[in-house]
Amino acid sequence: MTANGVLYILVFFLVLLALTKPLGLYMANLFEGKRTFLHPLLRPLERLVYRLTGVREDSEQRWTQYAASVIAFSLVGFLFVYIIQRLQGFLLLNPMGFSTGHAPGNATAMTPDLAFNTAVSFMTNTNWQSYGGETTLSYFVQMAALTVQNFVSAAAGIAVAIALIRGFARKQANSIGNFWVDLTRATVYVLLPLAFVFALFLCARGVPQTLKAYQKVTTIEGAAQTIAVGPVASQESIKMLGTNGGGFFNTNSAHPFENPTPLTNFTEILAILIISSGLTYTFGRMVGDTRQGWAVFAAMAFLFFAGVFICYPSEQAGNPQLARLGVATAATRTQPGGNMEGKEVRFGIASSALWATATTDASNGSVNSMHDSYTPLGGLIPMFNLQTDEVIFGGVGSGLYGILLYAIVGVFIAGLMVGRTPEYLGKKIEQKEVKMAMVAIIATAFVILVFTAMSMVARFAKNGYWNPPGPAIANLNNSGPHGLSEILYAYSSGAENNGSAFAGINVNTPWYNLTLGLAMLIGRFGFILPALAIAGSLAAKKKVPTTNGTLPTHGALFVGLLVGVIVVIGALTFFPALSLGPLVEHLVMREGRLFSSLLSVAPGFSPACAPMHRGAAWMLGIWS
Amino acid sequence: MWRQFAPAFRMMLFFTVLVGLVYPGLVTALSQALFHNQANGTLVEIRGRAVGSSLIGQNFTQPEYFHPRPSAAGSDGYDASASGASNYGSTNQKLIDRVKASVDQFRKENPDYQGPVPADLVTASGSGLDPDISAASAEAQAARVAKARGLTVDKVRQLIARHTKARTLGFLGEPRVNVLEINLALDRHFPAPR
Repeated sequence: MTANGVLYILVFFLVLLALTKPLGLYMANLFEGKRTFLHPLLRPLERLVYRLTGVREDSEQRWTQYAASVIAFSLVGFLFVYIIQRLQGFLLLNPMGFSTGHAPGNATAMTPDLAFNTAVSFMTNTNWQSYGGETTLSYFVQMAALTVQNFVSAAAGIAVAIALIRGFARKQANSIGNFWVDLTRATVYVLLPLAFVFALFLCARGVPQTLKAYQKVTTIEGAAQTIAVGPVASQESIKMLGTNGGGFFNTNSAHPFENPTPLTNFTEILAILIISSGLTYTFGRMVGDTRQGWAVFAAMAFLFFAGVFICYPSEQAGNPQLARLGVATAATRTQPGGNMEGKEVRFGIASSALWATATTDASNGSVNSMHDSYTPLGGLIPMFNLQTDEVIFGGVGSGLYGILLYAIVGVFIAGLMVGRTPEYLGKKIEQKEVKMAMVAIIATAFVILVFTAMSMVARFAKNGYWNPPGPAIANLNNSGPHGLSEILYAYSSGAENNGSAFAGINVNTPWYNLTLGLAMLIGRFGFILPALAIAGSLAAKKKVPTTNGTLPTHGALFVGLLVGVIVVIGALTFFPALSLGPLVEHLVMREGRLFSSLLSVAPGFSPACAPMHRGAAWMLGIWS
Repeated sequence: MWRQFAPAFRMMLFFTVLVGLVYPGLVTALSQALFHNQANGTLVEIRGRAVGSSLIGQNFTQPEYFHPRPSAAGSDGYDASASGASNYGSTNQKLIDRVKASVDQFRKENPDYQGPVPADLVTASGSGLDPDISAASAEAQAARVAKARGLTVDKVRQLIARHTKARTLGFLGEPRVNVLEINLALDRHFPAPR
C-alpha cells in the first residue's frame, strides 16, 4: 500500500461520513411528509404525478397491499423493458441500426432470453449485463427502458426500506405507508435532482451526451476508429446514485467515456454509497433515536474498512508470476505498480480496489476495473461482500432493509444466549420476524449455491436450446479454481442483485440468461416480501418499555454483535465454496502454478433432455 | 393485487416519459449548449479532420511514437465501438503468455532501456481504451522515440515531464501521460524524418 492510497481511502470515508447526516435528515423529513427546501420547485411535479395516476396522497396501505403494489409495479416495469428491447429495431433513436439490417458487424442479437435477462436485471436493480451496451442497444432502449428502471427500481428499494422503518416507528398501526407516494417522493425529490446535477457535472468533465451516431475518425497512424458515444451522462449519474451499476458501455466505469478523470472516479464512488449511507441516519431519525442509525452505520463502516484493507494490499502486491518476467510491480513515484491487468492508469490500484469494495458493499455492481483479473484474495473481497447480502451500506433501500433483517437475527441470537424474548427498538422480536429474516437470508444463499453447482456439472446436448453443446463450464474464460470463481461470482451477483461480474464467462446463452434471471427475481423479492411482512407485523405491535434487561442497540456491544452475525452467516454458508475458488487459487498462485485447459468434466445432468417442470429431478441428479 | 395494476401501469408510463425522455432530453440540450466539445466525445482535430478523442486510447506501433498499453477491445485492440478487457485471472496461462510476449517485444523495440518493465505497459487495461500510460512507461520508451526522431533523450524527457498530468488535488488518481496528446506534441515540435 502507498501512503497516497491510504489517504485516498480515508478522505473518501470522511467525505461520506460528512454527507450522511445532511442527506439522511433531508430524506427523513421528506418521508415523514414535512416540507423540504426543494418543495417550492418540485411539489408541483409531485402533485402532477398524483393527478395523472389517480393516486390518493393521504391514503395508507397495509403491508399486503404495499407488497402487491411493489410486485405489480415491478411486473409492469419488466414488461416495459422487455417489449421496448424486442422492438428496438422499429423504434426511434437507433442511429446504429441495432436489430435491423444495418446493424454493425459486431452487434449482438437481442434474443428473447437476453431481453428477459436484461429486463429482469434492470427491474430488480441488479443491472447484470449479458451484453455489451455499445454493441447491442439503441439509445432509445438505454434512455426510455434502462434509465427509467435505474430510477424507479432504486426508488422502490428506498420505499421498502422506509416502510420497514415505519414498522419499527409506529405503534399498534395497521398500515405502513403508501407505496405509490413513497415511490414518487424518492424519485422526484431524491434521485431526480441529484442525478440531474451529477449528469451535468459528469458531462463537463468529458462524459458524452449526444443522440448522434458513433463518431468515425482516422487515427494518427491511419487506422479507422469508430468511437461509440450516446446519451451517456444522463444514464451514468443515476446508474451510480441508484446503486444500479449497468454500464452504457461494455466495460462500464472503466470506459473513459463513463469515467474520464480521477475526479469523476472519486465522485462516482461516492455516489455509490451516499444514499445508502444517508438512509442509516434517516432510519435513526425516524425511529426517534439517531444513535440507532449511527450504530448501524458503524457496523457497516467496520466491514467496509475490513474489505478495503484486504483488497487493496492484495492488488498492490500484484501477481508474483509477472514479477518473475521482469515486470516492475512495486509502486514508485512514476508508476502505480501492482496488479494492473484490467485496471486503468488514471485510477491506479487504490481507487480501483476501493471501487471494487464499495460497488459490492452496495448492490451497485458497476466496475472501474475488471474483477475477473483481480488477484485471488483481491477478488475474494467483492465476492464475499456479495455473499453477505450486500448490507455494508448496501443498495439504496435494500442495504438498509437487509441489515435490519440481520439486526433481527442478531438480537434473536443475543436473546437466546440470555434466555429472554429479544427486542429491537422497543418492539418484541418474535417467531414471525425471525422466520421471515431467515427466509430472506437462506433463499439467496440457496439459489447461489444450487445454481453454481448445477452449472459446474451441467452438460448440454448437440443442437439443444440451452447452451452450446458440451459442459456449461466451457463458457468460462479461465480454468482451474478461477473458473469456479467465475460461476460462483455470477450467481452471487445475480441473487444479490449486484450486477458486477467476473466477466470472462460467456453468459449470453439461454441457460445462463434464464437461471441468472431467476436468481435475480428470488434475490429481489426473497428480501422485499419478508421485509414488508416484518414491517406489517412490527407496526401492529405495542412498544415495550426499556428495562435493565433490554440489550441496548446503540452501543459497541450491539455493533460487534451485528458484525459478527453478518460475517459468521456469510462465512459458514460460503466458506466451502470460497475455499475451492479464490482461497485455493491464492495458494497455487504463490506456488507458481498456472492453468491452461478446462478440467475434465464428470458426466452431469442434461437439461436438454429434461423438461423444465422436472426441475426438482435435476437437483437430485446433482447429488446422485 | 390485480387492483394495483392500473396505478402501476400509469406510474410506469408517467416515469418513462419523465425520466426516460424529458430528463435525458433536458440533459442533452444543456450539455450540447454548455459543454459542446465534451458532450460529443472530446474529439481532437488536426487541420479540421478528427483524428481521435483525447479520452479514448488509439493504437501506435511505429517507433517514433509512444506506444499505449495492450488492448483487449474488439478483435485487434483499441476498437472504440466494442470496449473490452482480457478478463484473465492471475493463474491463467494465457495471461502469462501474453505478458511474456509483450515483455519480449518491448525489450526488442527498446534495447537501450535496461530497467524492469513498468506493470501498466504490459498489462491490458479494463476498458481496452485506456488513453494513458504511466510516466515510467513513457520514460521507458524515451530512448527509442528520441532515436527514431533524431533527438536527444533529454528533449524527449522534457516533453514527457511537460505532458505528465499530476494527481488531481494532489491525491486523486495517478500521475499519467496521455498517449495521443504527447504523440501529437511530438509531431508538432519534432516532426519525424520520413
